[in-house]
Amino acid sequence: MKGRTISPGKVEGEAIVSKEPLGFYGGINIKTGIVIEKGHPLEGKSVKNKILVFPCGKGSTVGSYVIYGLKKNNVAPAGIINKETETIVATGVILAGIPCVDKIDIEKIKTGDRVKLDADNATVEIK
Amino acid sequence: MYLTKEEEKILDGEKGEVMQRMFRLLVRLGEIYGADKMIPVKSVQVAGVSYKSIEDPGTEFLEDIASKGAKVKVLTYLNPAGMDLEDWEKLGFPKDFAKKQLRIMDAFKRMGIIVTATCTPYLAGNLPRFREHIAWSESSAISFANSVIGARTNREGGPSALAAALCGVTPNYGLHLWEKRQPSVKVNVSANLKFCSDFGALGYYVGKQIKNKIPYFTGIKDADTDQLKALGAAMAASGAVALYHVEGLTPEADLVEKKNLETISVGEKEIKEAYNKLNTGKKPDIVILGCPHASLREISLLAEKLEGKRLKKPVWICTSRMVKEVADRMGYNEIIAKAGGSIVADTCMVVSPIEDMGYKTTGVNSGKAANYLPGFCKQEVVFANIDDLVEGQL
Repeated sequence: MKGRTISPGKVEGEAIVSKEPLGFYGGINIKTGIVIEKGHPLEGKSVKNKILVFPCGKGSTVGSYVIYGLKKNNVAPAGIINKETETIVATGVILAGIPCVDKIDIEKIKTGDRVKLDADNATVEIK
Repeated sequence: MYLTKEEEKILDGEKGEVMQRMFRLLVRLGEIYGADKMIPVKSVQVAGVSYKSIEDPGTEFLEDIASKGAKVKVLTYLNPAGMDLEDWEKLGFPKDFAKKQLRIMDAFKRMGIIVTATCTPYLAGNLPRFREHIAWSESSAISFANSVIGARTNREGGPSALAAALCGVTPNYGLHLWEKRQPSVKVNVSANLKFCSDFGALGYYVGKQIKNKIPYFTGIKDADTDQLKALGAAMAASGAVALYHVEGLTPEADLVEKKNLETISVGEKEIKEAYNKLNTGKKPDIVILGCPHASLREISLLAEKLEGKRLKKPVWICTSRMVKEVADRMGYNEIIAKAGGSIVADTCMVVSPIEDMGYKTTGVNSGKAANYLPGFCKQEVVFANIDDLVEGQL
């Protein structure tokens, strides 16, 4: 699949997919990388070293700092794939240097899939 | 994307490493979202101020920028901090937390940012005009500026707003363009809305439904700025709504194209559903009002309710330092304090470490706070209107 580069880099990993939007601030613990939003489909799961797939961001504008902090604390996702990346997530992944691509049909990706994300060329491959 | 000669120079590093790094972020965002050029901004609101939100990585990021002598070019205000910056000790905020928070404030001050610490800058002296281009973070303030004032800002992340403040420009895309400010869904409201919490419940429900779309509301007969601030804040928290229009009330409502929109309806049933969903607790240990930060009108209302009464359990109302000053002059602080309550400035319940201060269940009248408190402060929530909340603490 071909999309749009938000932040460059190449990475391969296991996908963790949310059909619901994801807010990082109040949504993910900055120290552990575990989703903490009550009732969220990914609640209790870790995003560390995963290819994190969700349609779009939501909620607080502090989310960019949470993404940056996850990276500094070594619990960040290895890559991010969105349907539509908005500014808050984009700012976070650019600062943190996390590969990220959007404009992808994320319905095709399932949790547990082995995914190759080439954000330099804006491509996503399910292996 | 077109860059002026001056801007090219910043990108080449002629204005220093910090400016280069910050401007590169803006250019990258501009390229992603198809901006044709940079546009000057007149006002910035920076989020990511509480130590609780940004922790050590964010603190070091800000101190690095400040230490290199970078200064903001336009009027720049700050979001709430993690504590009352003056009365933190009296209110029981932990000392080591305070130390780190003060380091963050110092870094911002060195950058020339007004160290205000409020999520309602528009009530405290950072007020853009209709159609002015601005770069704001703080989801509730973005919603208010775009919708109620008709200024123009994207949903900036904390660092991208800071970059705009240091560079004085923002990429021209998204909500800066008139064609991107058109509604994509109509929301017919038949429910009767009285309290701010009713508007919060409406916002929570609609935000969940429409995610990042632009709604056009009909059926809201009247709403003051406190109620609109509650509506926008809840919509921005449960979804990513950065702009809404209300027929007859908001400045762009008459001007936008609203034909052939998909429609959703919100009646009493949906409002009740939202109240039920947000209520996870039974009896509050503390009631915290002022999310977003209370206006003077909201504080005077609380003072009226508490006059001559005695609270069994604490009630806080959060606001900006500026509004607290006036409340003090009017004697509201004294009335609230005599009853056993507190006016807390510079911070709020979401960004302060209330879970470390012994509170387990918090009562709120804000859809936004009710949305965040369970995840971020490990709180059970009682979401109700101000009358019921205050009555329950007496």
